Amino acid sequence: MSAVAEHKKGSASMQPDLRRFDLRRLVALVTKESYQALRDPSTLLIAFVLPVVLLLLFAYAVSLDAKEVRVGVVLESPGASAQSLAAAFSGTRFLNTHFVHDRREVADQLVSGALRGYVVIPQDFEQRLAQRGAEPLVQIITDGSYPNTANYVENYARGVVQTWRAGLDVAAPAQSVVLEPRYWFNPELESRRALIPGAIAIVMTIIGTMLTALVVAREWERGTMEAVLSTPASVAEILIGKLLPYFVLGMLSTLGAAALAVFVFGVPMRGSLAALLLLSAVFMVPALGQGLLISSLARNQFLAAQIALFTGFLPAFMLSGFLYEIDAMPAPIRAITRAVPARYFVDSLKTVFLAGDIWAVFLPNLAAMAAIGALFFLIAKRATRKNLE
Amino acid sequence: MQADTAMAATPASAVAAAAVVIEGVDKHFGKVQALRSLSAHIHYGRLTGLVGPDGAGKTTLMRILTGLLVPNAGRVTLAGYDVVKDNDAIHVASGYMPQRFGLYEDLSVMENMRLYAQLRGMDADRNADLFAELLDFTRLGPFTKRLAGKLSGGMKQKLGLACALMARPKVLLLDEPGVGVDPVSRQDLWRMVQALTDEGMAVVWSTAYLDEAERCESVLLLNQGQLLFDGPPQQLTAQLEGRSFRLENVGAERRAVLTEALDLESVSDGVIQGAGVRVVLRDGAQASQIQALADRARVALAPVPARFEDAFIDLLGGGPGGTSTLAERLPPVELGSDIAVSCRNLTKRFGEFTATDQVSFEVRKGEIFGLLGPNGAGKSTTFKMLCGLLKPTAGEAHVVGHDLRRATGAAKSRLGYMAQKFSLYGLLSVQQNLEFSAGVYGLEGNTRRERIAEMIETFDLSEWLSATPDSLPLGHKQRLALACSLMHRPPVLFLDEPTSGVDPITRREFWTHINGLARKGVTIMVTTHFMDEAEYCDRVAMLSRARLIALDTPDALKRAAANAEHPDPTMEDAFIHLVESADREMEAAA
Repeated sequence: MSAVAEHKKGSASMQPDLRRFDLRRLVALVTKESYQALRDPSTLLIAFVLPVVLLLLFAYAVSLDAKEVRVGVVLESPGASAQSLAAAFSGTRFLNTHFVHDRREVADQLVSGALRGYVVIPQDFEQRLAQRGAEPLVQIITDGSYPNTANYVENYARGVVQTWRAGLDVAAPAQSVVLEPRYWFNPELESRRALIPGAIAIVMTIIGTMLTALVVAREWERGTMEAVLSTPASVAEILIGKLLPYFVLGMLSTLGAAALAVFVFGVPMRGSLAALLLLSAVFMVPALGQGLLISSLARNQFLAAQIALFTGFLPAFMLSGFLYEIDAMPAPIRAITRAVPARYFVDSLKTVFLAGDIWAVFLPNLAAMAAIGALFFLIAKRATRKNLE
Repeated sequence: MQADTAMAATPASAVAAAAVVIEGVDKHFGKVQALRSLSAHIHYGRLTGLVGPDGAGKTTLMRILTGLLVPNAGRVTLAGYDVVKDNDAIHVASGYMPQRFGLYEDLSVMENMRLYAQLRGMDADRNADLFAELLDFTRLGPFTKRLAGKLSGGMKQKLGLACALMARPKVLLLDEPGVGVDPVSRQDLWRMVQALTDEGMAVVWSTAYLDEAERCESVLLLNQGQLLFDGPPQQLTAQLEGRSFRLENVGAERRAVLTEALDLESVSDGVIQGAGVRVVLRDGAQASQIQALADRARVALAPVPARFEDAFIDLLGGGPGGTSTLAERLPPVELGSDIAVSCRNLTKRFGEFTATDQVSFEVRKGEIFGLLGPNGAGKSTTFKMLCGLLKPTAGEAHVVGHDLRRATGAAKSRLGYMAQKFSLYGLLSVQQNLEFSAGVYGLEGNTRRERIAEMIETFDLSEWLSATPDSLPLGHKQRLALACSLMHRPPVLFLDEPTSGVDPITRREFWTHINGLARKGVTIMVTTHFMDEAEYCDRVAMLSRARLIALDTPDALKRAAANAEHPDPTMEDAFIHLVESADREMEAAA
């Protein structure tokens, strides 16, 4: 066995390398992890296909705007004023009106869900309008099982009636103040523009937290961690070697999603690309840290996936201000959102896409994300020891 | 001299004659005591076997030696370094191959080797010659581009060994490298390890296989966390000299004779060896009882050399009795035909790859029929087709008269199947596992209650009913798995590597039941890597590279392998001989 004999001569001169951190070992681990990520179709699926699906979903399927809401208008009064009010309803692009003369017809349609509400212009509408001092009565019935839409229908119908009334007697002093609303950053109030930047945060959470938790848990599950731990590689090298490829993957995925948002979905990009990249890079710190922490607690993939879902994905979805406005949440929930790193990221993303590079917004957000991330890493480092205890 | 070179790199302050010094080590996990005040030395230039049944503490000790676990008490040094304080140095001085294949299955052979070379501080590009040597040493040269996950069990172990050998550790720790490895690959591993110890490396080989222990220069025998013996295996075996006998050529009656022998007061252990029965007498017992048995059976009784396994069983207080309470309760099996299982030109292809190629044989009622072969030879595929888990690509198979292609359901209801690793439901209790298997085989009402009660009684499971299977001692776990597969009293029983990683005593108990079942007419189909178990079979079918290369009784197979070098070959020799000559024929044909 001359092979091993020569081998031995070679190593006799080799000093035991006891450095805690060795770049060569790190490079070896990163190379290994990259091969694995590239060969595992599920990794690429999560990093590149999932963002596209999510963005498409948020761009087309989820819409918080009430547009073309089907509303019935019951015209019980045959008078000219009533006719002109009805015409005012049909003239808006936000309501899809449907005229009838009997409220029983629309009542059934409301029950069946074909209509979201209806407006009744009663028989005595003309008389009341003619009487000085007596306000005309218009009834609005809405479907309370869709509270948002119901609210919207109510407000919009009220607005239509008021505008119509204002146009009726121009000289009326009661209507001297006219409100002229303008919506900054998103003038058409398209929810897509606010949702898509937020969706990038969701994608990054999935890659950073979920994927990382899974790949580390996989090493424990398959027994490969035991073999790597028995080599001179240090915990720091093993963990960084694990995270670096997923950091790069996350950044690539962000770039892809941003390009999709701007060029396909028409979301404006008012801030700079550099700011977007910086924000994303800093957000990867808590996202990866959380993934690492989960994997150091759960050493099997199923459990890791569950924990990542409940502590990473769901809070990023519900508590980040992505779907639901944080200001509208009750105080205790609002307090909880402060611990959700995605909250700071969603806020920053909306700013960088819709408003521009506003460092007064970015800096506190960056600081918060970095702080939460550092905390996760600190706990993960303490929880990961270089043995199997 | 070699050992001296290896010592040169150790710090002068910690020079010790031994590669590993274990002093009073205790280790517990919660309430479970894994190691109790263990002290031992392991030396350079020697192959040390770490031997013991499952759960003896072998893996725990291995992990302590590599610095992956911290002992609760005591002290361990490896190559002069303390495993706790000099943890980093330990990882440089030792090479460790975990029990489970620890390499990356989605990386190729070369990528795995490069990774481990770099992790151990070697420049992979500058050491191309070393790589070539290691590949040559492991005979993995032709497979460098193959993904590790696609290697056979034996090749995986060799790759693991190559990676553990990177940067030449002083101490090589191999945790059960022989599990799931066929005899041919196992021989390769032995050859490699031998070469390493010849050059002064300390190699620790942990195993539950006692034939492996016998080949070690020194053994540490562990049982329930305690060291029972420390020394050369021959020393232990020598104590048993004169107590081992064989009843020669017992033939068809051997199972009955074994049962009788084991029930004798003077016999501590017994196994079937081909047509013969091998027995070990208790300490101080006379051979008169066994001689009387031999006379009654009209066979010769010959003294045979003691084996390490005899000594091991004796040290643990002897094997179990010979009577299977289970088989006693079973009514004899009645079948319409004398053939229980048959297959003709059975073929299975996965895409381009042929896993089973035109295999034909017939198994008689009440026969114990073994399927043997190297890893990847097609044993499992053939086996799975015969019990209806895989659909054959071509050819036919019948189980108790049911065509497996048409009447899979009917055939399945007539066979019992015990999968590798027992496949019990870990989240269900023992009682629930029994109820589930009764339910799954369609037992209802009184029959169901009676069968479950019967299984609980025969297998002595009443104390464990509310426990989970994982918390059972291994022997009980195996009984439970057997109980579940026998719930519907199948006339044919399929056992897929039933005793892989199981200690010899549990294994004997298991075979007592199997022998009892066979005597009642139950047909047993078994796959195994254990050559000892092949000896229990009436006939053995040997598969290699998807083909049936031999089918005969164990004795006939052994006789065919006899030559001047090996006048009395073991089953393992016969196996290697058959596989190698089949390979030569294939190559000659190609």
